[in-house]
Amino acid sequence: MSETRIVRRARGYRRRDPGAQPPYLFPDYQATRLRAPGRPLTLLPHSLTEITGPLLGEGRVGELDHDLTRQHPGEPLGERIVVTGRVLDGDGRPVPDTLVEVWQANAAGRYAHDVDRHPAPLDPNFSGVGRCLTGADGGYRFVTVRPGAYPWRNHDNAWRPAHIHFSLFGRSFTQRLVTQMYFPGDPLFFQDPMFNSIPDPAARQRLVAGFALDATVPQWALGYRFDIVLRGRDVTPTDDEEHGG
Amino acid sequence: MSLPPTPSQTIGPFFALADTGALPWPDGPYVVPDGTPGAFRLEGRVLDGAGAPVPDGLVEAWQADPDGRFAHPDDPRGAVERPGFRGFGRCATDADGRWFLLTVKPGTVPAPDGRPQAPHLDLSVFARGLNDRLVTRVYFADERRRNATDPVLASLPEPARATLLAEPVDGGYRFDVHLQGEHETVFFDL
Repeated sequence: MSETRIVRRARGYRRRDPGAQPPYLFPDYQATRLRAPGRPLTLLPHSLTEITGPLLGEGRVGELDHDLTRQHPGEPLGERIVVTGRVLDGDGRPVPDTLVEVWQANAAGRYAHDVDRHPAPLDPNFSGVGRCLTGADGGYRFVTVRPGAYPWRNHDNAWRPAHIHFSLFGRSFTQRLVTQMYFPGDPLFFQDPMFNSIPDPAARQRLVAGFALDATVPQWALGYRFDIVLRGRDVTPTDDEEHGG
Repeated sequence: MSLPPTPSQTIGPFFALADTGALPWPDGPYVVPDGTPGAFRLEGRVLDGAGAPVPDGLVEAWQADPDGRFAHPDDPRGAVERPGFRGFGRCATDADGRWFLLTVKPGTVPAPDGRPQAPHLDLSVFARGLNDRLVTRVYFADERRRNATDPVLASLPEPARATLLAEPVDGGYRFDVHLQGEHETVFFDL
């Protein structure tokens, strides 16, 4: 079998779902106005560059990187929580051995970042950065504190709902995803343009973690479950496959 | 079983946290280690629709090795082990919107129909104000012959095509990303 024919059998990934993904221009979120492209996107066929991707992990994850409450001499202040879930692809298959990166504000709603001017206290025992690799079942687990809500200047009296930022690589450049996890019942959703930029209300809810009694550790920490679905493979077989390759 | 995808959200302004860096790694911009033969700096700026620098962006690159191969199970040709070659780089932009990568030119990667593509990197741009990453491709302006037959470049009209060409500069190449406006970079629906 020629090299070309083998390569042609590799399947692309499903395309961006316009109901589930926020548009670039969402004027209520003011920073999109000068940063969203004005021209339509150009369709890029999925070649090997797109269906492969960095398989990161080795040497990137330290022993305590998954536990944001144990990275300093003392414990951070706040409500200790466990955040766990599975990383799956669009066909429901687990995505094993993939790097998950998280970052978040502390319990007072302050990031350990020079640009954050919110007059809430920093916590010397909390950096707010975590990393882990998914297991064979696509599972991941972080121990952290519940982040606080914080104000921002997008509109009058604007507040971000409490959230944890997630970064995922999956198995291909196409599956790369950066998103935010929210907490159930947050009263700030209605006025948050990032959350509401997602067109389909059901898709918004997929960013809201569920309280999970089975992930709750008795006498120690409340548990939340947040499953993440990366794009699945294109279901359309190529000509080669239809003809038996 | 088909599952609906998890939506994207902006990376926000705080992905580079004080103590441990969060997303930016100290060696992030190094697709290849310092001292690699043939290595060059690929550098540029990210600019917004008013031409102002984007000082809180993150640029990530993915590319084939100089043989045009990927150390990845979905590249059935396999790749020759190249010590230190990552194929991946990430760099946060600075106050002037500048980013850089140290890399080598990738080889030829076939298109889905088997035709050869010109050497290219896939680039993701993340920033506050981008609800989803923007994806573009970096080609090399001094690869005129191979660029002329590249199926992706060939599908683009001038002057859009020119926005994907990194220009040779002293010691490497320059590639600016214009998020919006007259010089807007071509971005892809991936």
